[in-house]
Amino acid sequence: MLTGAIVAGVVFGLYYTLVGLGLNLVFGVMRIVNLAHGDFLMLGGISAWFLFTSFGLNPFVSVGLVVVVFLLVGLPIYYLVVPRLLRSRDSEMLSLILFFGISQMIEAVTTIGLGATERSLPPRLLGVGPMVILGTRLPKAWIFSAAASAIAVLLVYLYLYRTRLGTLTRAVMVSRDEALATGIDVNFVSAVAFGISLALAGVAGVFAPFILGSITPNMGVAINITAFAVIVVGTLGNPLGTLLGGIIYGVSLMLMQTYLSSWANLLPNLLLIAVLLIRPEGILGRKTRRA
Amino acid sequence: MHKRNRIILDAGIATAVVALMGIMRGVYSNELMLFNFIMFLTLSQGLNIIYGFTGYLPFGYVGFYGAGAYGFSLVVMHLHVPAMVGMVAAGAAALVLGVILLPLLRLSGAYFAIASMAAAQAVYEIVANPDLESITKGPYGVSLSDVFAPATSYYVALAILAGTLLLVVWLRNSRFGMSLQAIRDDSVSAAMAGVSVVRGRTIAWLLSALIAGLVGGVFAWHISVFYPDTAFDLSVSIFSTVFLLFGGATTLSGPLLGVFILYGIYNIIGIAVPQYFQFTYGALIVLLVLFLPNGLVSLLTNRGIRVP
Repeated sequence: MLTGAIVAGVVFGLYYTLVGLGLNLVFGVMRIVNLAHGDFLMLGGISAWFLFTSFGLNPFVSVGLVVVVFLLVGLPIYYLVVPRLLRSRDSEMLSLILFFGISQMIEAVTTIGLGATERSLPPRLLGVGPMVILGTRLPKAWIFSAAASAIAVLLVYLYLYRTRLGTLTRAVMVSRDEALATGIDVNFVSAVAFGISLALAGVAGVFAPFILGSITPNMGVAINITAFAVIVVGTLGNPLGTLLGGIIYGVSLMLMQTYLSSWANLLPNLLLIAVLLIRPEGILGRKTRRA
Repeated sequence: MHKRNRIILDAGIATAVVALMGIMRGVYSNELMLFNFIMFLTLSQGLNIIYGFTGYLPFGYVGFYGAGAYGFSLVVMHLHVPAMVGMVAAGAAALVLGVILLPLLRLSGAYFAIASMAAAQAVYEIVANPDLESITKGPYGVSLSDVFAPATSYYVALAILAGTLLLVVWLRNSRFGMSLQAIRDDSVSAAMAGVSVVRGRTIAWLLSALIAGLVGGVFAWHISVFYPDTAFDLSVSIFSTVFLLFGGATTLSGPLLGVFILYGIYNIIGIAVPQYFQFTYGALIVLLVLFLPNGLVSLLTNRGIRVP
């Protein structure tokens, strides 16, 4: 039972890494918190559901469409909102409120358009039957969702460490002002990072029906708390720390569900508070933040 | 304006609002709506004390409200005490939670906001846990028909509003309130000038928690049947925050304007089609942050006019 919980935890952890990664990328590059992250994830899930029910598209196909569309949608949203926000006195704090507003708008429009019902996709779309890993039987849908998450995380790593734009992105992460002074087009770099972040949320959304069970218009808030727990446990602003945070979160969630199931929902909240109080800079972080 | 006149003006506004809400009960028949107005007037001022004067924005402010509601309910259900004793328990529950969460003040900005939200969720998960049904009734909700007294609880809520408004008037015109604002603007300089930073923040935090707890308690008393989902509804935090920011923090009239205007609109259009209201709300927040980050009153304060 213990191995089973750990194996399932790693599988879920990979998915939670994907959920947190986009949020962390935006925080790292722009020092703002996108509280609408969970709602973009929800929109990704709705897109997958719509593409399947209307055109019969398999999620593995629709994920490509979602990435392109969300990436392109991210650019104008960035230019409309973020530069103006970053000029304000306390942008980190105001970003919480601003993106909360955006999250409310998305939730309202989705509810008006589609109603508040739960939507799900048949797990057989990702393969039939269980797969056995280390003696643990897991649904193929979980394995493939985790694999897709791992691929997305790897691509982000390659982007950040193997491309020119990725190098510039890391420069902006270190210091926005210095990057600007060196002549980097900070706004363009940030806009692309914002687009990638939405695309990652979209991908996580496409696989959400298989991992989380269903999609509802108001799922955003809960997803945000989870995503925030994951990236704080890793390290805020460090995209690679997210992987560690995701796995720790996934494994502890599965252990809780196996041994103390009725209290499992407490976990993200307590984990978040504990890490913030004991080690606010996260597990991989250096002491940089003054509280 | 002389300081004495400023205090008279502030106190006059506070009195007028309390008198208005008292008179309205005799004039207007929808008591629940008026009661909700009083709750949000109080909560947004309670939030004003912590955010406006110290700069900490607790997204989980509803945690204190819920703690108050359950503090009241548990004492009344299990010990069968009179409602006023329940109100003391409500305040005490919120204060205890406030003391437990004191370490959160070490965090800043977004970290504090999110951590407080997680804390409120954690309290909710504990209260609503089916394993604790014998104590809290778990997710199935509380019924307090023994102490149901709509008129008395309405006036108790009004008294809490009056106390809160007076507290804000005092903070705006006292040495202590000034020192809090100094800590908010630059805690290092304030500490150098001899202001006790930790003491100031702690007092503001506990006062703010106490107010939310009392409001939660009087909510439980007035409504008398409710579920943990209602007592810990995140929209309580959100509404209070938006009202406060819309009007303008650190002022007395800003949050009042925010509640009267926005909650007024909500009661006209929001009840029938909540999603249209939710959308308008979201859009309003976005525009507000981008174009008027210091609230409605900043239209005047930016021109050098003092707003009460």
